[in-house]
Amino acid sequence: MHIAEGFLPPAHAIGWTLAAAPFVVHGARAVVKEVREHPEATLLLGAAGAFTFVLSAIKLPSITGSSSHPTGTGVGAILFRPPVMALLGTVVLLFQALLLAHGGLTTLGANAFSLAIVGPWVGYGAYRLTRALGGDLLPGVFAGMALADLATYLTTSVQLALAFPDAGSGFTGALVKFLGVFAVTQIPLAIGEGLLGVLLFRVLVTNARPDLERLGVLPVRPAEPEEAR
Amino acid sequence: MTRQRLVTALLALGVVLLFALPLAVDGGRSAYVGSDTQAVTAIQESDPGYRPWFESVFAPASPAVESGLFALQAAVGGGVLGYVLGRLRGRRLAAHDGAARTPDDTP
Repeated sequence: MHIAEGFLPPAHAIGWTLAAAPFVVHGARAVVKEVREHPEATLLLGAAGAFTFVLSAIKLPSITGSSSHPTGTGVGAILFRPPVMALLGTVVLLFQALLLAHGGLTTLGANAFSLAIVGPWVGYGAYRLTRALGGDLLPGVFAGMALADLATYLTTSVQLALAFPDAGSGFTGALVKFLGVFAVTQIPLAIGEGLLGVLLFRVLVTNARPDLERLGVLPVRPAEPEEAR
Repeated sequence: MTRQRLVTALLALGVVLLFALPLAVDGGRSAYVGSDTQAVTAIQESDPGYRPWFESVFAPASPAVESGLFALQAAVGGGVLGYVLGRLRGRRLAAHDGAARTPDDTP
């Protein structure tokens, strides 16, 4: 999903940067507010950022004979709502643009829009929908993680098709072509990311239950020790 | 093995198989080019006249250096994640201990 440096025409690069900027600024405020009001949330915020940091560094082979990387943005979106990931995801992209020549500064806005904004929001929507339909936490996490991953790559395909419409078949033809590159490759990765998310949340449910209750991810359970005494 | 641990093991195995199986079935025929690189190739094919108008401010000197930096990124992320999960577990065990001991400690 990293559009390479210089590979969006200037008008598109500026447009996506302007579109992403308010989300990132809002996300930065959301992170500061969360840390100020709930210092104990810093640990889980670190976990959410770290998860995206690891997963977006690992390129995995897929059934299509090409490789791609997951995004890991679903964890933070589910725990802290999507705005937080607008900042954390953009920080990861900036690191990769500056140190790894992966993505770029001119394409940072477009890449942030797909990985740090659309992905987390779609993942969060899928998570909330699963919960609203009566699904448990873990199925919700699976759906949220997997769809955050897929939605990111679908967004990249749309961005590239808008910038490079096909000479004959226009936007639609180009979209089909870029989806051919990104979408099928990403399906097994999205499933794998969903499973990893379930693994992580199983650990969190055991070890960070008070935090998950405060964040509204788990229902508040009456404290047992009171009765034990 | 408790059911909890069995589920964890199966989930982990599922993730490994999901990525190991395509490799095994493929038998070395595919090059596993990154999808980001394929997208650049697609752009260059459909629009041969397009020239990138900005260069990366810094590019790793060789593929070996690049994969090292990617490994560094994964290591930093994995390290922080492990630290946080360890802290959370330590905090839970400490709270558990404290709750268990309090009744005896109070006179």
